[in-house]
Amino acid sequence: MRFPLSWEMNMQNNNVIQVEGLTKMFGDFTAVDAITFDVKKGEIFGFLGANGAGKTTAIKMLIGISNPTSGKATVAGFDVLTNPNDIKRNIGYMSQRFALYDDLTVKENITFFGGIYGLSRKRIKEKSEALIKELGLENVASQLVGSLPLGWKQKLSFSVALIHDPKIVFLDEPTGAVDPITRRQFWEMIYKAANQDTTVFVTTHYMDEAEYCDRVSIMVDGKIEALDTPMKLKEQFQAESMNDVFLKLARG
Amino acid sequence: MGISISNISKSYKNVKALQDISFEVKPNELFGLIGPDGAGKTTLFRILTTLLFPDHGTATVAGFDVVGDYKEIRKNVGYMPGRFSLYQDLTVEENLNFFATIFGTTIDENYDLIKDIYVQIEPFKDRRAGKLSGGMKQKLALSCALIHKPKVLFLDEPTTGVDPVSRKEFWEMLKRLQQKGITILVSTPYMDEAALCDRVALIQDGRILQIDTPKAIVKHYPKPIYNVRSDNMYQLITNLKDYEFNHSVYPFGEFVHYTDSRTDFNPTELQHYLESKNLKNIEIHETDATIEDTFMELAK
Amino acid sequence: MKRFIGFIKKEFYHIFRDRRSLFILFGMPIAQILLFGFAITNEINNVDIAILDHSKDNTTEEIINKIAASKYFSIKQMITREADIASVFQKGQVKAVLNFEKDFSKNLIKDHKATIQVITDATDPNTANTITNYINAILQQYQKELNKDIIIAYQILPQTRMVYNPELKSVYMFVPGVMTIILMLVSAMMTSISITREKELGTMEILLVSPLRPFQVIIGKVVPYIFLSIINAVVIVMLSIFIFNMPVQGSLILLGLESVLFIITSLALGILISTISATQQTAMMISLMGLMLPVILLSGFIFPISSMPMPLQIISNIIPAKWFIIILKAIMLKGVGMQFIWKETLILLGMTVFFIALSVKKYKIRLE
Repeated sequence: MRFPLSWEMNMQNNNVIQVEGLTKMFGDFTAVDAITFDVKKGEIFGFLGANGAGKTTAIKMLIGISNPTSGKATVAGFDVLTNPNDIKRNIGYMSQRFALYDDLTVKENITFFGGIYGLSRKRIKEKSEALIKELGLENVASQLVGSLPLGWKQKLSFSVALIHDPKIVFLDEPTGAVDPITRRQFWEMIYKAANQDTTVFVTTHYMDEAEYCDRVSIMVDGKIEALDTPMKLKEQFQAESMNDVFLKLARG
Repeated sequence: MGISISNISKSYKNVKALQDISFEVKPNELFGLIGPDGAGKTTLFRILTTLLFPDHGTATVAGFDVVGDYKEIRKNVGYMPGRFSLYQDLTVEENLNFFATIFGTTIDENYDLIKDIYVQIEPFKDRRAGKLSGGMKQKLALSCALIHKPKVLFLDEPTTGVDPVSRKEFWEMLKRLQQKGITILVSTPYMDEAALCDRVALIQDGRILQIDTPKAIVKHYPKPIYNVRSDNMYQLITNLKDYEFNHSVYPFGEFVHYTDSRTDFNPTELQHYLESKNLKNIEIHETDATIEDTFMELAK
Repeated sequence: MKRFIGFIKKEFYHIFRDRRSLFILFGMPIAQILLFGFAITNEINNVDIAILDHSKDNTTEEIINKIAASKYFSIKQMITREADIASVFQKGQVKAVLNFEKDFSKNLIKDHKATIQVITDATDPNTANTITNYINAILQQYQKELNKDIIIAYQILPQTRMVYNPELKSVYMFVPGVMTIILMLVSAMMTSISITREKELGTMEILLVSPLRPFQVIIGKVVPYIFLSIINAVVIVMLSIFIFNMPVQGSLILLGLESVLFIITSLALGILISTISATQQTAMMISLMGLMLPVILLSGFIFPISSMPMPLQIISNIIPAKWFIIILKAIMLKGVGMQFIWKETLILLGMTVFFIALSVKKYKIRLE
């Protein structure tokens, strides 16, 4: 890999995700083939790949809901094999498909998710107020989430994923097809979280989302075929955009 | 054989899905309807494919009125709704056969038209549609929409949920179909796909923001745009937003797109301001506007 | 026509590739008939009872022997004290206790009257009731034998004996009900689900934006299920004839025709359900709650309509299943012909026409 200078130092304390030779086999099929990478504290890390490249399988291992066939990984300082429950307490998760309950109000959603992460009632109340104020949702706090525009829902579900101050937040195709302005507001929230030392782990197969990340890995057929900053990847592949980088990689 | 839309409006309960939409799609044009989810794209498609009545306004497709001549339209258009509507439990070949049959034709009769596309999925013709990858589903759905040789093709978000390689191939296929004389109206939430259309309409909240060729649209952008970057993205955005002369500040990949409210803007001044905020490795240089910049400027 | 056949072919692919619906289609009728035939029955077998005999004379011994000899009861325990009655029930060892009074034989000869107390565990009232009736029947039988030698003024009521005739199989009563449920389930639920599935998948949009006429779509959806329902009806009748030796008294052809009529009623209901529900889940809920429950509770299948409160009796009239069950019972059990069921048939026919008209009117050629 590419960062010989900082490697030694990072090994000690700055890496919140450290993955070495992580492999998952389903019978004869190798879904994840000995991937190795690390993610630094406060980094926005893009985890890219086409559908079926092994992204989902890899993430399932990282969040401790699937055991690796071989290899090692620590997330938030805990081993995925031995301490999956500690990992779950220290990460947040937001997926495009499921985020919030449409039939609960904004406040009820916040209270519910605060509750499942074991926040005290007082803490939930504080968090809830702060969060509603920050997102400017004061007027709709008692409305059902289902009635909110898509962009608001996304911002709210990102905040909810951060409600227990996780060390790492995993985002699965976070910005999808929202309007460009909302999308930028969303990325501003991500930058803010990263600035406060929360690591943001973004999986997506939309390459323009990759441009926003500090570093990006691209998975092809279970292997990480490229890993660097977007700018360096574009130089390396002599491409104009991350989309072109991906096309060049996928076409071999 | 084109599409003509005049003053179409449509509301659901208290949501105004479309507000006074008017535009023309010329015969044999590849026309893009670009806008985010919830902009009203699908509603417009459903009105044009005779699935919904407009509240106001009129529209014709291939010369037929969408309300009065709905039967003619249903014979002459191909429609690919979002989410690739296929029978998951039928094989590739059975799906195609079924759609051929209900349009009163056979695969052989119109094989020429779909050949380019179908050969790519033919090796999997005995596989159930539910077991195909996103890209293959997309190709099969397109084949099904084309099997009766429609004059006008409606594609509602055909590239959503599909990987970049398939997306690129899909647009190449559309170009080839256009050469065969088919008028194509395609919708997408991805601004970067606008460049691949002959003309595009930008749509948000049920209103058309602008209609033109992709090249002309970016030329409409009123101000010079600057790419700005530094060592700390979050601080950079915050500081730029605090800068009293800013007109717009949007993160844009590795950069921030910045426009200034003054006509005599001097980048060095901004550089000094940012330096005073302790930002390092500051870069500022002018860049071209993209469709996305235009969209945001118009939607602001 | 080619379009139509293509459509039906596709429907059959759906049905045969979905294991779940295949199971509902063909597993359910068999399972239900067997379930009702064997497990859920009003008959009792080898019920454990206890006996408290205060007299211990010839008569009580004979009665006890008679009861022990029947296949319905087995004597689990002889108890000696009144106080034990409560404890054997509490331990759940027996379902009934027979308590013979003191000097049973003597009283019978002297006063022509002797008392047995039959105490049953009424936590399951149905069983308790049945047990009481069976014991009564045995006692009356015994009484009759006793009375043979003595000329006596009164006779035992023959009615009682008929109603509780141990030969009467409850399965005969269940077959018409089960058949009704199955035909309703397969026809209404399966069609409504298969139409709403196309709505959910978005394929309905493509079908609408095609030259296929709406009625072609509907008929194409319905035809496969008419076939399957007929097969089901045949399977049910065959099962009841060959496994439960149920005689079908009336005309099989009439039975078949009436069944087809009811199948069409149910299909029309299914289409109606699909026009008002957007998802498969809603269609399923409406079919189960709106059709199955009334069929089970209000059609006279399990609870006799005559013993329902008046409002429910009135409501039961609008349930097609009620009329079909009357028709089925009439044909299968009484063996009557059309002259006795034309009224019910006409009502069913009227309902069918109404539902078809309503669903054709409600079925939209557009999405709203």
